Amino acid sequence: MSGEETRILGFTLGMAALAMVAIVPPGLALAWLLARRAFPGKAVIETLVALPLVMPPVATGLFLLRLFGRRSALGRFVHDRLDLDVIFTWRGVLLAMAVMSLPLFVRSARVAFEEVPHRLEQVARTLGAAPARVFATITLPLAARGLTAGLLLAFARALGEFGATIVVAGNIPGRTQTSALAIYQLIQLGRDDAALRLCLAAAVLAFVALFTSERLLARSRA
Amino acid sequence: MKLALRGLRLPLPRFTLEVDVELRGRVAGLFGASGAGKTSLLELIVGLRRPTEGSMYLGGRMLADVAARRFVRPERRRIGYVPQDGALFPHLSVRRNLLYGASNGDGAKRLAEIAAVLEITPLLDRDVDGLSGGERQRVALGRALLASPELLLLDEPFAGVDRPLRGRILPVLARIRDELRVPMLYVSHEPEEILALCDEALRLDQGRIIAHGTPAEVLAAPISL
Repeated sequence: MSGEETRILGFTLGMAALAMVAIVPPGLALAWLLARRAFPGKAVIETLVALPLVMPPVATGLFLLRLFGRRSALGRFVHDRLDLDVIFTWRGVLLAMAVMSLPLFVRSARVAFEEVPHRLEQVARTLGAAPARVFATITLPLAARGLTAGLLLAFARALGEFGATIVVAGNIPGRTQTSALAIYQLIQLGRDDAALRLCLAAAVLAFVALFTSERLLARSRA
Repeated sequence: MKLALRGLRLPLPRFTLEVDVELRGRVAGLFGASGAGKTSLLELIVGLRRPTEGSMYLGGRMLADVAARRFVRPERRRIGYVPQDGALFPHLSVRRNLLYGASNGDGAKRLAEIAAVLEITPLLDRDVDGLSGGERQRVALGRALLASPELLLLDEPFAGVDRPLRGRILPVLARIRDELRVPMLYVSHEPEEILALCDEALRLDQGRIIAHGTPAEVLAAPISL
């Protein structure tokens, strides 16, 4: 692999890893709420969270572009007050990866939380543990394998993210080009050999992430 | 113990639990057929469910008072709860299960004392996975005791334990009563267990208390009204 290809893979891995860091706190909170609480509008939240799974990724990308573009209030706030540019920068890559992989993590994490017997959490409360301690010492450790498996699945999804990324971050070599975008560009340029090398590398990474995820899930259900 | 349950109501799917009683015994036995509301009553007392009406006081300490909009959360009630299956934490060793609710200060000393009473000292460094039914229940009991409860609720703790083993566990419960002096509310289907352990008994049917008195009186009372 050329230095450029290695750099693209490194950038993609780094962005996907950062996206995972970004989705863990909201993902855990959402998954826990969906698994353990009944509240008005729960079905709507569930549907909204799952929506990026079934929408065309470019459509999700367009929504994000509108949401974070300079013409929206949120976009202006992020640009003027926080002095951050999202669109057509690495932050756009991160945003697209995070939004597209969040549903997979939330769905897996929700199942992982639901599989923790509620009885154990209740008994922990009667032993003097406040809800935060119950979550940290009972719920989280018992759901850990399922959560890790879900995170790896989301990571694999983020590695391959294309549609939303190209709309939000563009395909700027050296700045926002991930492996999926680079593969697309190489095919367009007729450089099929280079495209195939990147495809192979992407497949190996995705295989490792998915395989580990499946193994963890199998062990958590054993 | 002095546990006052005043005008408590909790709607359940098939009937409404309605309880008005004051328990004063060292060990009170709670009888009733499956589905009579026994577990729901224990969950009310320990704070895992909220009553829709009524109040609860333990030794003068308020646990819940619907009219006053007061509700003490389970972690602040100091009421131990041993459910039917023991509910041991599968990712913790026996020792760490036992110490889960213990205060940091005298935990180790009390661990040794309680483990000796329950005859589980040799199990302390084992995983909970390999424990037998009787061992699991004794560990669950020990874990509840180490949290220094002012009242211990036992929900048919030995339902899954075979009869010879039950015979060995009854004296252990008697030692908890006599040596550790922890008041208990004990749910059981077995008249001989209630007679052996309890000095007060209740019978619950369809969410209502249909008999309350000494174990002998309650056992002799007609079951249907």
